[in-house]
Amino acid sequence: MRLNVWKYASPPAFYRLAGNLAPWFLGLAAALAATGLYIGFFVAPTDFQQGESYRIIFIHVPAAWMSMFIYAVMAFWCAMGVVLNTRLSFMMALALAPTGAMFTFIALWSGALWGKPTWGTWWVWDARLTSELILLFLYIGFLSLHAAIDDTRRADRAAALLALVGVINVPIIYFSVKWWSTLHQGASVSLTRAPTMAATMLVGMLIMSLAAWMYAIGVSLLRARTIMLERESDAEWVRELSAERR
Amino acid sequence: MSWGSPEAFFAMGGYALYVWGAYAVAAACILTELWLLRRRRRTLERAPSRSNGAPGSDRASGQT
Repeated sequence: MRLNVWKYASPPAFYRLAGNLAPWFLGLAAALAATGLYIGFFVAPTDFQQGESYRIIFIHVPAAWMSMFIYAVMAFWCAMGVVLNTRLSFMMALALAPTGAMFTFIALWSGALWGKPTWGTWWVWDARLTSELILLFLYIGFLSLHAAIDDTRRADRAAALLALVGVINVPIIYFSVKWWSTLHQGASVSLTRAPTMAATMLVGMLIMSLAAWMYAIGVSLLRARTIMLERESDAEWVRELSAERR
Repeated sequence: MSWGSPEAFFAMGGYALYVWGAYAVAAACILTELWLLRRRRRTLERAPSRSNGAPGSDRASGQT
């Protein structure tokens, strides 16, 4: 039998699939986070310059990566929604935004706590930090704008437009350390060069990043399910579903 | 990496406030997100199925 991927573009099919997959993603996230934290705190050596303060890296870098990546995925779903006019696309974008905002906040918070002991300051208005703060405002703006418009279809389109304009900020964040002279250091990990950090530190960081990925996928699938129920409370399949539960 | 003692581990070489401050807030954020999502879901399940159609058309159908 041929697998029909388009089947999952319909809310009832997606609802079931997401419900089946989400616990696996969240379980995997917990297992990976436990492994990553073990490596980060018990295997990786002390940094010869920063001492133990560098261990913030295992939460800071994965959170910062996810904050940018989730925004890009959110903008992708917004574009799909605007072009193809599919209701599921907007629900996916809306499901991703709170998780993206959370990771942005964690990146900024852990960055401040890392900046104080290493740079001597909690915050500077350099290009990297400022553009990451703008990313947080974009997430909040997206959610607020959506919440401020009563008509769901108009809210979807207006918020999507904001998300699409804001996507320009993602490459700005990523390349800010190259384009401007920033207090924030350049990338330690890139696809074109060998990483400039100890192997165990790198492994811990990558496993924590995978954990963040799995968490983001799992939690946004669960949120997408909830949004679906909220929006389609009158649809036949939702009625059948709530009838099954009784 | 050997810490020697639990005290040394928790002291984080003098950076306890920064390291644990970062991880504690991250953990709190994740737990809050999961809790809010669960609450949103629960509210939905408890609420009577509301209808955008004719007023009362759905409520009449019985128990919630």
